[in-house]
Amino acid sequence: MSEAKDVALESPWSGGGSPFAIGSKKLGMWLFLLSDTLTFSALILAYTYSRVSNPDWPKPFPFSPAIIFSTIMTVVLLFSSFTMVMAVAAGHRGNRRAVVWNLIFTMLGGIAFIVLHMTEWMHLIAEGVRPWSNPWGSPQFGATFFGLTGMHMTHVAVGVVYLGIIAIGFGRGKFSAEDVEVSGLYWHFVDLVWMFIFPMVYLMSVKY
Amino acid sequence: MSAHASETHEFAGTTKMFLLVWLWLVALTGIEVYLAYKHLDPLSMLLLLIGLSVIKAGLIMAYFMHLKFERFALVLWIVPAALLCIGLMAALFFPDGYRLLHMRP
Repeated sequence: MSEAKDVALESPWSGGGSPFAIGSKKLGMWLFLLSDTLTFSALILAYTYSRVSNPDWPKPFPFSPAIIFSTIMTVVLLFSSFTMVMAVAAGHRGNRRAVVWNLIFTMLGGIAFIVLHMTEWMHLIAEGVRPWSNPWGSPQFGATFFGLTGMHMTHVAVGVVYLGIIAIGFGRGKFSAEDVEVSGLYWHFVDLVWMFIFPMVYLMSVKY
Repeated sequence: MSAHASETHEFAGTTKMFLLVWLWLVALTGIEVYLAYKHLDPLSMLLLLIGLSVIKAGLIMAYFMHLKFERFALVLWIVPAALLCIGLMAALFFPDGYRLLHMRP
């Protein structure tokens, strides 16, 4: 293993395998994130396009509960990114206990995000929003809103499971610090995407 | 040996720095929420919010995703490719957006 890593980290001018000086796992995760960027960009643009093309686009987010909820969700997700980076740093220091605890806090942040988001969804569903209709205006709102935020929530849920596996594996000494770092990249990406969904979906459609 | 050293390599950045980045991200989120209630016209609002979000994305990528401390070749590989692809999608969005907003019969 160490030999393969040596080749990857050598300078490209001395026959090294990787000009980026990172391991293949990290390179693979960055490639995946690049493709996922396009998925989310397409969904955000689809939402925005539908919004621009429909003058009767609903603005269903009052300050309470929608904006309060989504702001808390944003801060929770940001905080989980902070604990994630703490886990990665602890991993590189070889502090197993700190890694596992920080990963647990990160997962709790993710679970809190999902619970808050589901509650927020239920408010909308109770008001009559469906993927094909809503009481206020353009029926496309439901499909694009649930499609975009549902895709993001799926990513958070997958991330919680992923981090759980990494926490158990690292706790047992099966995974390396690099594995924690790669899972961190995924988690920060999910956070990053929300930084666009939150203003474009919620803040642009505030009900005054 | 060098491989093993890199395995337990010091992860650049201190707790204080990450905390500071986190506080900035929360502060920018606060500004965004404040702006949402300023009754701006939709285009200015969109540009302001997207601008702030791009700054937040930059902070997350540079510090949390560690891109600032990686070899610059990695940044050159990821960032322009992502911007180009998003740009191509947006390039189709703006003319249509203009047509829909200003040329509707």
